[in-house]
Amino acid sequence: MPRLVSHPDEVKIVSRRFGMGAEKIDRYLELGGYEAVMKCLAQDSDWIINEMKASNLRGRGGAGFSAGMKWSFVPRQSAKPKYILVNGDESEPGTCKDHLIFLHDPHSVIEGTIIAGLAVGAKMGFIYLRGEYRYLLEITERAVADAYQRGFLGKNIFGSGKEFEIITQTGAGAYEVGEESALMESLEGKRGVPRIKPPFPAVVGLYGGPTVINNAETIATVPHVINMGAAAYAAVGTPRNGGTRLFSISGHVERPGVYELPMGYNLKKMIYEVAGGIRGGRNLKAVVPGGSSTPVLLPQEIDIGMDFDQVGKAGSMLGSGGVVVIDDQTCIVEFALRTISFYAHESCGWCIPCREGTDWLKKSLTRFHAGFGAPSDIDNMQYLAENMLGRTFCPLGDAAAMPTIAFIKKFRKEFEDHLNGKPCPFAREGVLQLTVV
Amino acid sequence: MPDVTFTVDGKKLTAPAGTLLIDACRKAGIEIPAFCYYPGLSLQAACRMCVVRQEKVPKLQTACTTTVAEGQVFVTESPEIAQARKATIELLLGNHPLDCPVCDAGGECELQDMNFKYGAGESLYAEAKHHRDEQQWSPAVFYDRPRCILCYRCTRMCGEGMDVWALGVNNRGADSVIVPNDGQQLDCEQCGMCIDVCPVGALTSGSYRYKTRPWEMNHVSTVCTHCADGCKVTLGVRSTTDGAEIIRADNRDKSGINGDFLCAKGRFGFDFVESADRLTKPLVRNSAGKLEPATWEHALSVAAKKLKEIRDSRGGAAIGVIGSNRTTNEENYLLQKFSRTVLATNNIDHERTTDYASFARALAGHPGKTASLRDIASACAILLVGTNPTDEHPLLAWLLRTDVRLNRARLYIANHAPIKLERQARAMQGLPPNGYKDLTTILDRGETDLAKAVKAEESLIVIFGSEIRGTAIHNLVTWGLNRGPNPDSVRFACLGDHSNSRGAADMGLFPDLLPGYVPITEPGAFVEYADLPPAAGKTLSQMLDVATAGELGALLVVGANPVSRAPLNPAALKNTFLIVQDLFLTETATLAEVVLPAASLYEKSGTVTNTFGDVQIVRKAADRAGVKPDFEILVRLAEAMGGPIKGLVPFGRAGTTADLGQSRGAQSGEADRHAVWLEANGLEPRLSPFDPFALFDEIERLVPGYAIDRINLIAGNDVHSEPASPGLVPVTALAGEDFIVPAHDTLFTSGTLGRYSAALKQLEEHQAKELAKSAAD
Repeated sequence: MPRLVSHPDEVKIVSRRFGMGAEKIDRYLELGGYEAVMKCLAQDSDWIINEMKASNLRGRGGAGFSAGMKWSFVPRQSAKPKYILVNGDESEPGTCKDHLIFLHDPHSVIEGTIIAGLAVGAKMGFIYLRGEYRYLLEITERAVADAYQRGFLGKNIFGSGKEFEIITQTGAGAYEVGEESALMESLEGKRGVPRIKPPFPAVVGLYGGPTVINNAETIATVPHVINMGAAAYAAVGTPRNGGTRLFSISGHVERPGVYELPMGYNLKKMIYEVAGGIRGGRNLKAVVPGGSSTPVLLPQEIDIGMDFDQVGKAGSMLGSGGVVVIDDQTCIVEFALRTISFYAHESCGWCIPCREGTDWLKKSLTRFHAGFGAPSDIDNMQYLAENMLGRTFCPLGDAAAMPTIAFIKKFRKEFEDHLNGKPCPFAREGVLQLTVV
Repeated sequence: MPDVTFTVDGKKLTAPAGTLLIDACRKAGIEIPAFCYYPGLSLQAACRMCVVRQEKVPKLQTACTTTVAEGQVFVTESPEIAQARKATIELLLGNHPLDCPVCDAGGECELQDMNFKYGAGESLYAEAKHHRDEQQWSPAVFYDRPRCILCYRCTRMCGEGMDVWALGVNNRGADSVIVPNDGQQLDCEQCGMCIDVCPVGALTSGSYRYKTRPWEMNHVSTVCTHCADGCKVTLGVRSTTDGAEIIRADNRDKSGINGDFLCAKGRFGFDFVESADRLTKPLVRNSAGKLEPATWEHALSVAAKKLKEIRDSRGGAAIGVIGSNRTTNEENYLLQKFSRTVLATNNIDHERTTDYASFARALAGHPGKTASLRDIASACAILLVGTNPTDEHPLLAWLLRTDVRLNRARLYIANHAPIKLERQARAMQGLPPNGYKDLTTILDRGETDLAKAVKAEESLIVIFGSEIRGTAIHNLVTWGLNRGPNPDSVRFACLGDHSNSRGAADMGLFPDLLPGYVPITEPGAFVEYADLPPAAGKTLSQMLDVATAGELGALLVVGANPVSRAPLNPAALKNTFLIVQDLFLTETATLAEVVLPAASLYEKSGTVTNTFGDVQIVRKAADRAGVKPDFEILVRLAEAMGGPIKGLVPFGRAGTTADLGQSRGAQSGEADRHAVWLEANGLEPRLSPFDPFALFDEIERLVPGYAIDRINLIAGNDVHSEPASPGLVPVTALAGEDFIVPAHDTLFTSGTLGRYSAALKQLEEHQAKELAKSAAD
């Protein structure tokens, strides 16, 4: 079990039960569990949706869409069953927050799912876990079984006469399935490729029914929003960015880990104070602020608040909240290669720009990093990435193109240093040489 | 959907709201490039070639998924868009092998065309291309992975279009490959549609690959010679030392009833024309009793002499004639006219595969009640009785599937065995193998699911197979005509087996019916025929009975194989002078005294009528030295018998002796009917007695139901004809149903003809192996 970290600046809302044994239902109840859902059972669905809207809770998966708005798009009347879908397919490199939620507090996901179901009138929810999180499946399934046993799930939840079922499912190891419509395809037993939008899931989703699909962190936050009250929750963050966020800080810092900080928390402070600064007293070279798909920031660009709007203004994205810190001993070309290798491996192959683009970027960068690059390669790679951007079927192509463009633009000098058959300036004894398969 | 107006490239366009932009543009003549978009199949938005700029939308949008709405403004060509398309092609060409000089698709390749337009001329990559060895998936289908651009047209065509689902995708990202779902080999219907829709040369045809360059072929649009659906087919032909060979069959311009569809037989089963067993010289039995090659003059004179002798000595009744299900309408018409007026016999029949005669009788007096294939393609509700179209009528099955899939048509099936189309059916009515006679009772009672649903249908097309014959047809048609308050809302189709089975029936290859199902006994029928024998002749089986009794002097068999059809002792024909016109030395031809090598449907011109009554034009594509079309053979035979052939085929200058009624007409003061008709229709007389259109003129003039739109026909369209001419009076039922032997062809068989196609045989063996494999699993 990973070591939990903490820092005095943390505002523990979603993580307040972490490490307290709340995966056991009795303990969860002791810690105030399932109070929110009982509160919601006493209210109508409009009240729940309005609370969610007022909380300014924005989707924690990366796109940052208002959860309350998303719920309100689900039609009230539907011939087909409605579904709640929890996206636990956490795969963005640099992100490991949902993992902790399922490990320490699976009931909060269950409770949030039931509340979402009450809000939109769905009778069934699915918790879709990343394939590699198979060990979390046991914990989650245990929690679901306990909830059924207590009558919190089933035909008559909490004796209210209302029905709600939850089914768990794991993926088969595809990053692409973190995209909501690809996840639905996967859940339906098909190849995990995204669907054409519109129609959006709120209208035509899982099995053709109206579907709310939220990130696991978003769903786990819902009970807390209900318990605290929307206004109190919203007050924690910055305007239009309600509440807190689980930031996964990794890379060359002294104390990597998942920290729950208010939205808008300063990135520089996050790195130097919360995470203890750069490891071994080295200097900071770059920061990837929101998971591997977000454009890299230079040290002079990190004095910003970590919310969707401010990071966007700085030319990057808050994404999944995975902060990757890169020190001055790191080869950016290699880092770019590692990043693009991931996306080339994970491209589903559906559309041409992503399928071919990630593959060619990987091939070119591999050669380039090995010292066999030509000056024209730098421009070619940038041209290639720029022509992928915005042209692909789903955001995976952008996720590969955006960081590549940023690496080349912001570290062109370092790319040029790899030219003319020179060995990588960062290659040295003891540094794991990257092998790309 | 109401029409909306939107702007594309500065032009105001109007289309129903919700139309896909790419469709709306193409309709307006604005071409938007696309690899993955294919009309009628589900949307992919995968190739990103159709990107366009929509006003007020930040990103380029795909025209294949954008639906038009009022007031939208689009730009489809601009430097930005051209760059996006160029970049996509550059990426594709990165891994594409560029073996265009040897690729089958070279010259017909959408990737070439688009690259030509958007000019991705430089390679940005130094790395090696992906390579995978090519694979053979079946005798018909080869897959060259490096050329594949993953547009998924093939997987969708196979799944959605064919309902076979034999193709899928393995791996992901740049490693994605199209694979047969069933392992290394294709277990499917071998229709080759995947090859047809492939925009590049990734899927190639076993029979065509590496044979030619597309521009070395002449492309001739004609009609398939196999089943009775009558698909339009484009034959790619190339000159050889002894004629012209067929190299490829597809429906190149996607015109006609079948659009892009062809089945395995249409696409691969043309190789019988090049079979080593093909007859190219006439054969005459010598004094030693052996068939030996002879000149056309000799063979014709031997046959003509014998026929004349028997006619003159024993009368026409001693001669029998059996016609073909695959010869053209003109040939069939000529054959019966030749039999009746030159041989003086009504002993004429053909190998009946269904009961068109009863169908015509049942519809007598009810015009407008036959369904064309086009009617079926857009029907709201269809009742399918006693047939398995997937095997026997692949185009009909395709149209029904498409109608259900795209138009939400309601399909009802009444059959004695499970059939594949049940997957598209709303309701199914199982019947015992001989239970079709009870069907109308079941429908009337309205107790079963199917009966209830059919009852609720406002309009209905009833399609029935050869299980329904004689009185059963009468009952079904009567039920249909009386089923609802609106008698206009029902149409019927009767299914036969071969490319011109319907034409053979329509053209009067019957002992008792003249062309257009006019009873021979009807007063004044075909008055222009001189000395029409007044009484009905013998049916096919009666002729064979008479022959067995040693009383049939001569039998002329044109493109038929009666000896293999029904168990017949070869000795039965020993006292009959047998003349056979055929492509091959069939079981029947081996017994003949004279064998005349005939041209196949692909080597002649004329018209054929599919089982739905849709008439289409046949154009000569291939050529084979030594063979003659049956039309020419018959005219030459008549000439060799000393007959005035102008009476048989109206040709030459008008006003002379253009028909056999001329002398009688002259006596009664009537003008030459044919010349008058030609002039009234603005037509010139034909100059050659071998021109089938000389007879088509007569058919149009004389045969009820065939006064069809000639311009449409010559343009290559299907023109519906129907047997139920208003003046046709019902005649008493003939026991015709006894003589019907359905061919029960599968996807890979086609009567006697199909046996000479090596390609079909290979496919049949392949599928048998696949079946054994899946049975073993």
